[in-house]
This record gives sequence, structure tokens and C-alpha cells, in this order.
Amino acid sequence: MQITMTVNGTDVTNEVEPRVLLVHYIRDVLRLTGTHWGCDTSNCGTCVVLMDGQPVKSCTVLAAMADGHAITTVEGLATGGTLDPVQQGFMEEHGLQCGFCTPGMMLTARALLDVNPHPDDTEIRRAISGQICRCTGYATIVRSVHWAADHPAGMTEADAAGGDPAALDDSAGTTTEPGAAAAEAARAIPASQTEPEEVTA
Amino acid sequence: MTILQEHAPNPAADDEGRPIGYGRLQRKEDPRFVRGRGHYVDDITLPGMLHGAILRSPVAHARLVSIDTTAALAHPGVVAVITGADLLGLGLAWAPTLSADVQAVLVTDKVRFQGQEVAFVVAEDRYAARDALELIEVDYDVLPPVVDARKALDADAPVVRDEMEGRTDNHIFDWEAGNKAETDAVFAAADVVVSQEIVYPRSHPAPMETCGAVADFDAVTGKLTLYETSQAPHAHRTLFAMVAGIPEHKIRIVSPDIGGGFGNKVGIYPGYILAVVGSIVTGKPVKWMEDRSENLMSTSFARDYIMQGEIAATKDGRILAVRTKVLADHGAFNATAQPTKYPAGFFHIFTGSYDLQAAHCSVTGVYTNKAPGGVAYACSFRVTEAVYLVERLVDILAAKLEMDPAELRLKNLIKPEQFPYPNKTGWEYDSGDYERALRLSMKMAGYDDLRREQQAKRDRGELMGIGISFFTETVGAGPRKHMDIVGLGMNDGAELRVHPTGKAVVRISVQSQGQGHETTFAQIVAEEIGIPPEDIDVVHGDTDQTPFGLGTYGSRSTPVSGAAVALVARKVREKARFIAAAMLETRPEDLEWEKGRWFVKGDPSVGKTIAEIAMGAYGTVALPEGIDGNLDAEVTYDPPNLTFPFGAYICVVDVDPGTGHVTVRRFVAVDDCGTRINPMIIEGQVHGGLTDGVGMALMQFIEFDESGNNLGGSFMDYLIPTAMEVPDWETGYTVTPSPHHPIGAKGIGESATVGSPPAIVNAVVDALAPFGITHMDMPCTPARVWAAIQGRPRPPI
Repeated sequence: MQITMTVNGTDVTNEVEPRVLLVHYIRDVLRLTGTHWGCDTSNCGTCVVLMDGQPVKSCTVLAAMADGHAITTVEGLATGGTLDPVQQGFMEEHGLQCGFCTPGMMLTARALLDVNPHPDDTEIRRAISGQICRCTGYATIVRSVHWAADHPAGMTEADAAGGDPAALDDSAGTTTEPGAAAAEAARAIPASQTEPEEVTA
Repeated sequence: MTILQEHAPNPAADDEGRPIGYGRLQRKEDPRFVRGRGHYVDDITLPGMLHGAILRSPVAHARLVSIDTTAALAHPGVVAVITGADLLGLGLAWAPTLSADVQAVLVTDKVRFQGQEVAFVVAEDRYAARDALELIEVDYDVLPPVVDARKALDADAPVVRDEMEGRTDNHIFDWEAGNKAETDAVFAAADVVVSQEIVYPRSHPAPMETCGAVADFDAVTGKLTLYETSQAPHAHRTLFAMVAGIPEHKIRIVSPDIGGGFGNKVGIYPGYILAVVGSIVTGKPVKWMEDRSENLMSTSFARDYIMQGEIAATKDGRILAVRTKVLADHGAFNATAQPTKYPAGFFHIFTGSYDLQAAHCSVTGVYTNKAPGGVAYACSFRVTEAVYLVERLVDILAAKLEMDPAELRLKNLIKPEQFPYPNKTGWEYDSGDYERALRLSMKMAGYDDLRREQQAKRDRGELMGIGISFFTETVGAGPRKHMDIVGLGMNDGAELRVHPTGKAVVRISVQSQGQGHETTFAQIVAEEIGIPPEDIDVVHGDTDQTPFGLGTYGSRSTPVSGAAVALVARKVREKARFIAAAMLETRPEDLEWEKGRWFVKGDPSVGKTIAEIAMGAYGTVALPEGIDGNLDAEVTYDPPNLTFPFGAYICVVDVDPGTGHVTVRRFVAVDDCGTRINPMIIEGQVHGGLTDGVGMALMQFIEFDESGNNLGGSFMDYLIPTAMEVPDWETGYTVTPSPHHPIGAKGIGESATVGSPPAIVNAVVDALAPFGITHMDMPCTPARVWAAIQGRPRPPI
């Protein structure tokens, strides 16, 4: 069957089998591999994309069901080379490790902030509660979303200059609230704003 | 080239506690990940690539009577169907495991666990391959299975491995450590002895990315390129050379970005081998990616230790000895990834953090009709089981003695002046200041206030628990004289090249699955030779581009490979000294180092930066005798000992007496991983491990029914913590550098997974103390907690 949808602002039309899952359509047909899959059964949330601005698990949506709708994937988060504040927040607050659940987490965060620009911890946790992360323990994801909420315009020059240099330099201490603390802030490297190098097989 | 000074002084040592290499840096990996431009195995598409799918057994134990693949072969899009009989013809039906056993790649004689690989379909797309699985007709003659490890050694137990000549039982190994006679004597004379059966149930690491591979065999060159979800690409290459008979120089293993490992991606699974066979047979690249149920049901599980533990003490709370007998369920094939001499891994660290007079353990491994493995899930070397055992026993002892569990621990911890501390089972703990860590955790938690709050709540009939654990790990395997895996010494290589313009590339043998090696290993080099981390590229995960080494698991990357990287940088620094001397027309011994440059002693204005020296090395400077025209070096690091990270954890739980639901309200974690590199990454790894601990203690559990059916084969049944089940972690740290590691680092990756389950279970049991409860087996699910409160038998789940 023929389907047409808008993906990251671009209209696409393809012939697909009626049974093809949206996640496979996005990955295998459109070759947008930033959307991952982790279970195929709607349990892990790795495959979350936005459909008309709402998070959906793309392993549980048929491509045919997305016909006529607008899909946003992680590749559509940045605009004109400028990162979404959510993307910047995940880098600032270490909201990712292996990176596999990250696209889905960021899209849910974007959808949350669109309707609730200043969520509290519980609202953030509830929003991502359908998604599993095995690396981070979630606290840094919560911090990342707060960072994005606090920086609706994204990274500024003041942010890039580094944060509170006070913490983390003793031989015993606590790191409950590191914020943007840099142990050696004066020498800290500004966050990269450039495109990453291409990684090829 | 000339061997230069290998063990330069540690620049971090004179500034205790300072994170090295610029400390909290953003990760170099992140810009690609947040843009969706990571590059995982399933993202790889090669021209003409086919897709494989595995038919798995629905039953746990059965003779294979027949397989009919006719209909599957006729299905549109299907290119090949491979069975065990086909593999027998190729000599590939069985493959060696990492533990001197063999594992069936595809079933030839009988099925030994539910989910075992029976046939492999190769088709033009993943849907066609899956469709064809339904069309394969298999006739099974079902046999009674061995499910309960306790019954595996019964005289009438079915024999799982009857293909092995002369085998009439399910016994795999007996192993022991410590001195039994001494330990028994201490127990016989002790005032107080408490005993407890403690079960560490079967669980699964369940990384978000399942296991998979893309195999690309070039029939013209004879070269196999295998993209794999592998934590140990070099070890896999050697094993593939041994298994498949392809010469090792014709094998290239690439581990691209890996979506989490936690031990799950150490082993070589039948799927990887089948992708290779599929590519050889079809002449095209073949991709195989398992789905979630396949991952949970067939790849390496973790734990499954039934431990009879005993602890002896004086009546005033001096711990004297610990002894334990363990029954280890290894599933259908002994596929653990333990060093050869240690079939129970490093379980003999069960002596914990206490100054004991004696200790003894004996471990018996058995076969059952369950998935093989036992390699997995931080810490793979059985440290997790050991720490859980001793920390539960100490709490049971505290209850018996009516002592506060913190006080009992403080009374028995090994003291700083006792290090290096030889324990009673053969380890030499490298360094520690245990009391400092425990007291810091108690201060952060507000321990005394918590106890007062608990008493007030108990008076009102509310259930609140406070649990403590103090753990010592043994990681960074390991010294080659003691430790190998299938004959490969557990060492790691590193190569460093400084380019003419002063930028650098460091090539390492370990493989990141999210740990951030591209950042932290650049930071180690930056600390040693003064090139900023952003100017140092870290190459890993490709056997054609990196030196040999055993890979990333058991928290070994920083202790072993990190040491290699520090030493290779020091080697380059020493070489730079000779070149700088030539450039400055002085003697090497007249030069002094400051970060990034050599200068003339007494005249700091005269010197050469690393970049200037690099240009000199590749340029036209007249080089001294024995110095080549480059600024490169390589080393392979053989650690003199393991490292012993430690920590003190305190968990606060609230238990709903009506439902049995446990809420982890607070969790304080104080870790000491020696010298710290990137505090942000350390904190992240601790957070992740603590979340694993919540899962293990309260939720995660792979159970089987009496027919051997796996009851944890999906995320609906195998419960992983979400953001709703975990608190906002409270982390702290102390720094006690390892005296034998070049930068003093000990490793952090598994500390929290090791340390948190006992803290949580201790808290749950503490909450239930008013009911006279002194032990509960994990996971402390609502049903189990409720039944315990009610004095009812434990429900299965």
C-alpha cells in the first residue's frame, strides 16, 4: 500500500506492506537510524518518536497508521544546525551513556516541555516512565530535562564559560548536586557546537 | 626502539583526590549520540545484505527427531535454511565456550534448554526470515528436564550432557578456597554462630540493545569482517580463528557503538557464528539481530547461586570467620567467562571488608536444562554474589547480637594501617580507608536521625527500614601468571602516536558500551603528556586498528587498559625528552618536565612543547642514537595485582504493610575507586549500578516452571526499574589511590551493582524486623513481602 507522511518536516511517500511497523519503516526504508528498537513489544520505549507532537512507541504503530501524520525523530530535533535545548541538556548533565535509549528520552522530554515548560521532578519522571534506561539511573536524565527547561534558548556564551568551580576537588566529598561544576573550570573545554565526525562501518 | 623509562612518578599522587586529566569534561561521544548519529550494529546496511532469524526450541529438554525445512525454503525471499545437520558437515555444530566446555551452535541431538537454537533462516528481509521460521516442521521427543539445581545431582536426575562420553551425572566442578580445618576450628570455639541459606536468583543484564552481528565474508580475499555487539573484540577474533578455521589475520572484528553490555556481550553466541556461516554459504553479508525475548531467554544469564552461609563471632561482636557452601547453576553448557583457574570467578572475595581469623568456601557447579552463561551482569566474576552473602550474614549477626549493623561493621572493618591486607582466601587487598567511607555515608544519610525516625514510626505501626552494606571488590583482571581466559592472558595493549602537529591518537584494546572511553582515555593521556583531551583521538573496537587485549568487563578497562594508556604516554614523554635534548643541544638529564613541555633545569624559558618536539621528531632534527623519527610508543600492561575498590551504601525504604510494596525513599552511596578521572562519568556509572541494584533486590528475576519454561522472557515479566522506582541518588566519595596502578585508579563500573542489592535487602529486612524476620530472598516483590508479613509461605514470584 502507499503511505504519505511528513517526517522531520519533509513529505515522504512509499509503498509498504500493511504490516510494516513504523520503527522499521523509519529505520529500514527512510534510513533514519537514530530511532532504535529494544523490544518490539512496547515495553522499553527505545523506539519513541513524536506523532503530531505526541510520543508514540514506533514498534507498536504500523507505518500505515502514520499515514497523513507528522513524525518527528531525533534527526529532526535540531533546527538549522542548532541543537534543541533538550539535546544540549543531555550533554551538559550526562543524561546518556551508551546512547541507545537517548533519542526516545529526548523526544519525550521535548513533548513534555512543549506542554509544560517548567516540570518538576515527578512530572519528568512520570513522562519518561514508559521508557527504560539501563545506564544512567534516570537522575541525570531528570537533570538534563531541567537544564533544557532552564535554558529555553539553548546554550549561551555564559554557560559555555563553565559553572561553579568550587566542588569536587577534595579527597572526600559529595556530588549530589554537581550542576555544571567543573573541577578545573578554567581549563574546561567549551561544549562542542560543531557537527560530529561521521562514523562509518 | 629503545625501552625508555616505564614507571615514571605518578603526577596525581602528590595532590590527593584531584581528578586527573581536566576532571569533569563533557563526553566526546555525546555530540553524535544526541543527534541520533551513533552507529550501532543494527544501523549497518551493506550492499546485498541478507537477514537471518533463528528458530528456537519451545521445550527445555527433548530429543530432536526430525526437521523438515522444505516449506521454509520455498517461501518467497528465503535464500537458505541451515540446520544442525548442515553444521555437522562443516564441523561447526559445536563451538568451544569460554570455560573449557562446548556449546551447540544448532541442535543436532537433543534440545537442552527452552530457547535453544534449532535452525537458521537467511532471507532477503527480516520479515521474510521471520515468516519462514513458522514453516519449519520440527518433531521433538520431549524428555523430563532438570530445573532445580538442588536436584541436579540426584541419582535419578536426567543427564543434561549425555553426549559427553562416559557422563552419567550433571556435575561440572568442585572448587574451594581458604582453609577448611582452620575455619571449622574457629567456628567450633566461637560464642555465636548464625547460618542462613541465601539465594542470589538468576537474572539477566538486558542491555537496551540486544545482541547481534553483521557478517561479511569476502570469498575472493578470504577475509571475514564481522560487526558484532562484542565487549571483547580481540578475544572474539582469536576464538573465531579457532572455531571457524579462518586464519586470524583474515578476520576483522568491529564493535561499533554498543547499546549497553553489562556482561551480556562478552560471550560468543550461536547467532554470531550462524551469521558467519550464513555469509559464507550465501556469499553475501548476513545480519542477525535477536529480539528481546531471544535476548532474555538464550544469552548469558547472571547469578543463580544457592549459598549456605555461616558467620562466627564473639558475643561482643568481633567477627571471627565466614564459611559457605555454594551450589552454582550453570545451565546447559558451562559458558561462564571466568579465568581458567577460577571456575567460581572471584567469589572468594566473600570475606568482605572485615579482619577475619579464618574463611572457607566450596563451590559446586551443575548442569541444568536452562540457558547457559553465568558470565554476565556486573560483576561477572561473582563478586556480586560474594558481597551479597557476607553483607547479609553480617546483618543477620547484628540482629542476633542485638547490635546496630553500622556499629558491628565499624568494629570489624580492616584498618588503614593493615593494607596491603592479605585476606584468608588468597587475595592481597591493595589499599583502603574503610572507616572513613562508612562514616561519611552515615553523615550524609543522617544515620542517627534516621534511626530515631524509624523508632517513632515503629511506635505508630509504620514500616521503615535502614540498610547498610560495605563492599570490597576485586577487579582489573588480571596478572597473567594467574589469570587467562581460554589461554589468553588477561592483559591489554595501548599504542600512542603523536602526529607532527602535536595532535595524537591513542589506540586501545578495550571496548566502550557507554563507559565513555573516548573521553576518559584521552584524559589519561592529557594528564601524562599535556596534550588537551580534545586533541587526542581514541580508537577502539576494531581489531584491524587496535592492539590486542581482552576487552571490557569485570571493571577492567581503567585498571588494566587505563594503566596501559598511562604507561604508553609516559613512554612517549620519555622519548620526547631525548628529542627535546637534541633540539636544545643539551643532555636529557638536564631537562625537567612540566605538563606539556620539557625545559632546561634552572632556565624554564628554554624548552620545547610536545607539539614542537613532535614536529622535530618527524622533521630534520638530528636524532640521538636509538631514537626513531617519530613520537610513537606501544605497551602491553600486565597488572601486578588486582585493584580493590570499596564503598559504603545506606538505603532507606518504606514498606506498605497492606500491599507489601517497597519504596526506596533514599539511597546514599559513598564510593572509593582510587584516583578519579572524570567525576561526571563516575557518578553516572554509580547511578546506573544503583538502579540495577533496585531491580535485582526488588524486581528482576528469571524464574522457570517445572517443565523448564522461562517465565521471564519479556519486559512484561522481567521487570526493569523505570524512573518511578528509583530515588534521586545521593553520592559521595573518598579517594584512596591504588599503590600499584600507574595513576592510582581502581575502576568503578560495577561497584554500585555489587554494593546496592545487600543494602536494599538489608533495609527491607530491617523494616520487617518487628515481625521477627531476619532474611528474605530477592527479589523482595510485593507478594513476597506481604506473605512474609503475614507469616505465609513465600510465593514463587
